[in-house]
Amino acid sequence: MFLETKNLTKKFGGNTAVNNVDFTIEQGKINAIIGPNGAGKSTFFNLVSGFHPPTSGQVIFKGKDITHLPSNKIAELGVARTFQTTNLFDQATVLDNVIVGHRLRTKSNLLDAILRTKRLKQEEKQCRDKAIEVLEFVGLTDVAYKLAGSLSQEEKKRVAFALGLATSPEIIFLDEPAAGVNPDETEGLAELMEKMVRNGITVCLIEHKMSMIMKLADKIMVLSYGEKIAEGTPEEIQNNEAVIKAYLGGSAIA
Amino acid sequence: MANLLKQRNVIAVLILFAIVFPFITNNNYLIHIMTLAFIWIIAVYGLNLLAGYTGYLSLAHAGFFAIGAYSLALLTTKAQMNYWLAFVLALIITSVLGLLIGLISLRTKEHFFAIYTLCVGYIIYLVIDKWDSLTGGVRGLIGIPSPGNIGPIEFNTPVSNYYLVLFFLLFTILVVYRIVHSLSGRTYIAIRNSEDLAQTIGINTTRNKLVVFVISTFFAGLAGALYASFIRFIGPDIGYITITFDLLTYLIVGGIGTLSGPVIGTILLVWVSQQLQFLQDYRMMIFGPILTLLVIFYPRGISGGFIDFRAKRKEKKQNQSNLNQNQQMISAQETSAASNKNG
Repeated sequence: MFLETKNLTKKFGGNTAVNNVDFTIEQGKINAIIGPNGAGKSTFFNLVSGFHPPTSGQVIFKGKDITHLPSNKIAELGVARTFQTTNLFDQATVLDNVIVGHRLRTKSNLLDAILRTKRLKQEEKQCRDKAIEVLEFVGLTDVAYKLAGSLSQEEKKRVAFALGLATSPEIIFLDEPAAGVNPDETEGLAELMEKMVRNGITVCLIEHKMSMIMKLADKIMVLSYGEKIAEGTPEEIQNNEAVIKAYLGGSAIA
Repeated sequence: MANLLKQRNVIAVLILFAIVFPFITNNNYLIHIMTLAFIWIIAVYGLNLLAGYTGYLSLAHAGFFAIGAYSLALLTTKAQMNYWLAFVLALIITSVLGLLIGLISLRTKEHFFAIYTLCVGYIIYLVIDKWDSLTGGVRGLIGIPSPGNIGPIEFNTPVSNYYLVLFFLLFTILVVYRIVHSLSGRTYIAIRNSEDLAQTIGINTTRNKLVVFVISTFFAGLAGALYASFIRFIGPDIGYITITFDLLTYLIVGGIGTLSGPVIGTILLVWVSQQLQFLQDYRMMIFGPILTLLVIFYPRGISGGFIDFRAKRKEKKQNQSNLNQNQQMISAQETSAASNKNG
């Protein structure tokens, strides 16, 4: 088991956002989570990445219980995530924005900074090299020295990927990576996800663009009102009656 | 990178000017004003690191300034301690109190943090004002000694005090410069941009914020200790809210979150308010509108506005040259196509 959730539940007051979800994420594959608005997809991400503590249940990553770890510790273990919107520092260059992504793999502290130690210089170079590497990976080498504020929506999505990748993750959670970009760009982002998988990074994403998901995903989980209603390959999901009902609000056979 | 070098140059010129300043003017009053401005700058740098680079606006800054000042004053006058020992102790006391207050106040965020620290600042002021037996209450403390001799160097003239304060100012700028331009600095900026994002890329935000808070109070304490031995009299009003807002105004005018902002803002405003002394409190009628306009049109102050202007111009130039290159390529292709046709 690479990453799995057991009976994961999150209640906000009387509202159960995620209810008893068992899900396994397969290593080296593209896993997708879909569901109508308010189905609890983002909450599920927040639980797995340690942003909210679950009400009950467990999250297990490579055999280790990470349920109650803070999100920065989970990131150290090799779990990265992106947000629907990424707040970048607009007045700095793209490269400067990404460099900090590798900070968690460095050890230099404030004293190193004040004394400008060798370790700091080495680690600064290490972070810069990593940033250049991931920017090349996501295809942003050309805009590396541009101000982050001048980027297009699609480029910003790619920077968000780069920032996640700079943490040297084994698995990356992408929250609606293709929201707000045009079909051509969506295609490009899909290719990028496939490239991540080829490079040994497991991908798990939330997405609303069905055509993209059906083409891209190896495995899909469908959430509705916080509950898992289906899990399987794209073909299985497309023919699943519960899923069609959840999306169209009616029966599969019209 | 070009921006950074430019900023560096500006600071280098200012340092040079600061060193020769006492030779240019023999007016002790001007030297006094300048020394005072330098002390404020040190405090503003502390505020800048926290509010400007980490995004946590602390309104208890004057409180920590006062703690530094009173610690030094009490240790030297009441405990009769050696000056420099008292000086170091004052910094430690301020930082430790900063650590304790930071632990609690950093549980809040954004405007809640600002409001919470505003209250903390006011409580510090009240404690100083009302604890008559220790702090002398409204009467304040008098007879604070000048900085003790370091070897043969004495600090009892305005000029020698000026250089002592300048030394600490340069030390402050160096430390802040190095912090800002390091991985730690990048970490703080990441926290300012988005704490959630910072945490997901593996940054321990709680610890980092606490570290910055303590450094910020350290510089407030340093400024306070220097103030106490420079003015040699302190009253509770140095911990009052107005001082915090003065410091904040210096920072905003100069440029919050920029390295040269504290120097530019403080020196400019201290001089302007000296020049407008004859207007008394009506000065604020001039400052108010200017500050409002500045915040609307240049939210990152004079220094930030300048940096943005340069960055935009550079980008325009780059785009222009890219465009020219493309045009040249197109025209080259056209001519080659034309020649092919002709051939």
